[in-house]
Amino acid sequence: MAAQAQKANAPSRELLEKLFRTAYKIRVFESEGIKLYRQGLIRGYFHPYLGQEGIATGVCAALQEGDFIASTHRGHGHCIAWGADVKRMVAELLQKETGYCRGYGGSMHIADIRAGNLGANGIVGAGTPLGVGAALANQIKGNDAVTVTFSTDGASNNGTFLESLNLAAIWNLSYVLVVENNQYAVSTRIEESTRDVDLYKRGLAIGVESHQVDGNDSLAVYHLMQDAVEKCRRGEGPILIEAKTYRHMGHHVNDPGKYMPADTLAYYKERDPVDRARNALVEIVGLDQAEIEAIENEIKQEFEDAVEFSKASREITLAEFNEFVEAY
Amino acid sequence: MAREIMYRDALREAIDEEMERDSTVFIIGEGIAERGGSYKVTEGLLSKYGPKRVRDTPIAEAGMIGVGVGAAIAGARPIVEILYIDFAMLGMDMIVNQAAKFRLMTGGDGRVPFVMRTQGGTGGGVAAQHSQSLEALFYHIPGLKVVMPSTPADAKGLLKYALRQPDPVMFLEHKHLYMTKGLVPDGEHVIEFGKGDIKRPGKDVTLIAWSNMIPRTLEAAERLAAEGIDAEVIDPRTLVPLDKDMILGSVAKTNRAVIVQEAVRRGGVASDIASIIQEEAFYQLDAPIEIVAGLNIPIPFNLELEKASVPQVDDIVLAVRRTLHSKPLAQAAE
Ligand SMILES: Cc1ncc(C[n+]2csc(CCOP(=O)(O)OP(=O)(O)O)c2C)c(N)n1
Ligand SMILES: [Mg+2]
Repeated sequence: MAAQAQKANAPSRELLEKLFRTAYKIRVFESEGIKLYRQGLIRGYFHPYLGQEGIATGVCAALQEGDFIASTHRGHGHCIAWGADVKRMVAELLQKETGYCRGYGGSMHIADIRAGNLGANGIVGAGTPLGVGAALANQIKGNDAVTVTFSTDGASNNGTFLESLNLAAIWNLSYVLVVENNQYAVSTRIEESTRDVDLYKRGLAIGVESHQVDGNDSLAVYHLMQDAVEKCRRGEGPILIEAKTYRHMGHHVNDPGKYMPADTLAYYKERDPVDRARNALVEIVGLDQAEIEAIENEIKQEFEDAVEFSKASREITLAEFNEFVEAY
Repeated sequence: MAREIMYRDALREAIDEEMERDSTVFIIGEGIAERGGSYKVTEGLLSKYGPKRVRDTPIAEAGMIGVGVGAAIAGARPIVEILYIDFAMLGMDMIVNQAAKFRLMTGGDGRVPFVMRTQGGTGGGVAAQHSQSLEALFYHIPGLKVVMPSTPADAKGLLKYALRQPDPVMFLEHKHLYMTKGLVPDGEHVIEFGKGDIKRPGKDVTLIAWSNMIPRTLEAAERLAAEGIDAEVIDPRTLVPLDKDMILGSVAKTNRAVIVQEAVRRGGVASDIASIIQEEAFYQLDAPIEIVAGLNIPIPFNLELEKASVPQVDDIVLAVRRTLHSKPLAQAAE
């Protein structure tokens, strides 16, 4: 396994700290965001990435400026890992003019085109063709950008999953399809949706290099992704990565998730991606408790500042909206 | 100076010139590369621009439309050719939920300069799944531009403009028009969206039509001229944006309007144009607005039934006579 081989030469502090910081920042964003939701400050849908942080964290750590990502309805983690400004993310959730989409988009549509973030998506499966399209644009422009679509087990049964990956394959696009297999589509278990639950095989079936990885191990995800990105930049894409994971709660904030068996949930919580990233920093690099706390406090403070910033921001006016309507 | 060329050649010139001008313009579709496309629109482009910018696709409409939308979001200028407008239905999510909404969802930052070229309409007995006129579906969706050229010159100028503007364009050609000829100006020829064209000036009645209904309406106008009726024929050319000023200006002059569309009557663009006219020019009308439209039925294979399903020259002539023979409102009130 790629991850095993890499363990021989120990990962740097820089890398491990980056992974932990990202995973922890997502954790804080989601858990604190849920509190804001419960206070009635956030409306609509809020799909937490809790429990899946290792995937976005590992994937984005292997990307660089100029690359592209396309995300899902469960997209906060992807944005954060991509380096989005937490202030503007919170402001968007609070429907403020300072938000990424000026309050027009909300949780399911946060995007930042200038930074290569094609956006979250309210349509399950839509990120696949959009991501392949971005990869095609980059091939035509002749740059070496890599595009990643974060996809899901649910989306893997949508027709565009095959159509898009196949197009990426016949055109040798610099494209990585990351399938976050959290084993549920809302309450429907993966075993009910497909006969073979190893989704990476979908790629193999059409001649695409495909891998499976423990999505709760951000370091393993990173190593696999780094390899995939290198191959893509050499023109050996596309590549599919299936990352197995599990949600820590229901589908969205108002779903108690009663259908998730307690023992399975406990199994995955013991393999919590944030804890693992933290432990790696303690065990491999030797950071002490005080140093860890300093990092955590810094991140918590960043979120609190974002909330203050957002609360102080204004909303878009109806006059501004009318201008937009006229122009549309 | 101008040359007489076919609609399909005019489209090819537009694509060729824009590909030459902008290296991010590319085209994908089924059989469009080596074979040059089912309508020969893309013939020769592969050898000129190479396989990177002129690509055949598998039969995967949702995927290829989606990939085009994604490429547009990421800053390229894709043209996706869909063989029949009927097949575009497979990609509706990408058109309706992605391309059309992206600008709003991103608060205005995200633009989608995506051009889908396809063709619709009846002709050639290709039956129900290859003959529809579906512009109303796209017209209904805020965020899409809907273009329906009726002549080679319009086809060229509008396609060139489509490849320079920032929004998703449904560029709807007509299968019956590819081989029709017309004068196309030499040199740069770009037609801005939202500017209609008076295809025939007249003073007695305003006929509004687009796409393949233009030749039919012009034929009707010639027959009416023989009866002493001087019809003005207006082609909005783009349904979104719509040149309301031209339509209202003409109605103010003629006081009568007949709208002709090949698409089925129910929920059509003609009904919306009629509502605009009655809302903004009610007191200038001397007669009820007439709509000549397709029957509310899928297109049958049988030739006589196919003809019966969409407006013919006779239908247009009869509708015009009806509007002219109804008394002006002022008289009716007496
Ligand atoms: C096309 C479409 N169908 C249905 C839905 C409703 N829906 C939202 S999320 C979801 C489940 C998605 O499961 P999965 O794709 O595995 O992603 P996950 O929520 O597990 O991250 C469904 C059915 C949708 N948003 N889009
Ligand atoms: Mg899932």
